[in-house]
Amino acid sequence: MFDISPTEWTAIELSLRVATVATLVATPIGIGVAWLLARRDFWGKSLVDALIYLPLVLPPVVTGYLLLLTFGRRGLVGAWLADHLGIVFAFRWTGAALACGVMSFPLLVRPMRLSIEAVDRKLEQAAATLGAAPWRVFLTVTLPLALPGVLAGMVLGFAKAIGEFGATITFVSNIPGETQTISSAIYSLTQTPDGDAAALRLVVVSIVLATAALVASELFARRATRRLHGN
Amino acid sequence: MLHVDVSKQLGQFLLEASFKSEGRVTGLFGASGAGKTSLINMIAGLVRPDRGTISIDGDTLDDTAAHIHVPAYRRRIGYVFQDARLFPHLSVTDNLNYGRRMNRLADDPPQRKRVVELLDIGHLLERRPGQLSGGERQRVAFGRTLLSKPRLLLLDEPLGALDEGRKLEILPYLVRLRDEAGIPMVYVSHDAAELRQLATQIVMLRSGHITAFGGVKVLTGAPSDAIPGRE
Repeated sequence: MFDISPTEWTAIELSLRVATVATLVATPIGIGVAWLLARRDFWGKSLVDALIYLPLVLPPVVTGYLLLLTFGRRGLVGAWLADHLGIVFAFRWTGAALACGVMSFPLLVRPMRLSIEAVDRKLEQAAATLGAAPWRVFLTVTLPLALPGVLAGMVLGFAKAIGEFGATITFVSNIPGETQTISSAIYSLTQTPDGDAAALRLVVVSIVLATAALVASELFARRATRRLHGN
Repeated sequence: MLHVDVSKQLGQFLLEASFKSEGRVTGLFGASGAGKTSLINMIAGLVRPDRGTISIDGDTLDDTAAHIHVPAYRRRIGYVFQDARLFPHLSVTDNLNYGRRMNRLADDPPQRKRVVELLDIGHLLERRPGQLSGGERQRVAFGRTLLSKPRLLLLDEPLGALDEGRKLEILPYLVRLRDEAGIPMVYVSHDAAELRQLATQIVMLRSGHITAFGGVKVLTGAPSDAIPGRE
């Protein structure tokens, strides 16, 4: 029963690649946005805040359709990117990564923002009086102290990205080998006669991946906390 | 020489202070809420005055009329806070080296040796701040600030968070610091006895205004162990 077929392996590999790329690209952006929301006051801040959380509350199919309109081959941004930089998202695995990145962004940003807010500003002031310019205060004090939250955000984002379904299938469809992730493969298998065994195998794989991500995040958090608070 | 002439609205209360200090240790004396900390935060560059000027040795740090405000990290003014504010994720050694690294100063082992001996913190170098007592933490904070080679040292009730025994433990180090480090200091305290031992000049602050200025004898009349009354 547990012979994973080449098609299923392709879906697993693709899911891992899509989620990894989505998380790695979203992390620096997420850290920047989290810092802005935690430490700066600017005009339109609550609007930015709302926009970031929008993918969490919108139907995924709406987010996917909006991505298709914007980043599709004829979309405003998509056409420009294809013509000028040769970057195509539509019906490619990169598009799946974009959809997963957008959908997981709120979950990724939230722990980062909370942990940056929790860093004592008095320590940042002390660093400034010792001659650290703002960006060095961030790199040497704020970021290391917020590290557990940053890692937690990355793991949450990764877990969400690996399970993303609605926006991905709407934006880049369900093409085996290109955009068919574990979730869309399971969906296809449930629509096929005799697909049950294969679907169950992929269900087990996604449970294992999700559990591993949670355990890893717990370990990271514990190690980071220990490193920060003595011993 | 430090030259301060500033005013700032703090809630319902107006802080207006103007003084020149030439002594080695200028004591800033007043009850809690008199505006002492706000005043030295302005000297440090952490708070901007509404109006006025601040300069050291003819070097303008703040001049609101000319829109000059040198940020804290470029002032080379050391600040020892009441609550030490050591970086919890760094060892004592890394805390001590922080200011030197941020100011891109060359390593100066003789100075570090002198400061470590002066403050008697050689046996603490490998530890984390979480493993230090309150008095040890404050000594490391003195060392960290001295090693950033400031041109002026601000001390905000550096003994305020310590019990009597710890105070007596630290006071001799402060006297040595005054006599050996050769850096002018502004020492904030509400304890007249402490200032009699350390200060060479007194600025007395009450409800945001300077009520007396001169040698330590202006402290006579202020009961040595009682806190002057708040308006």
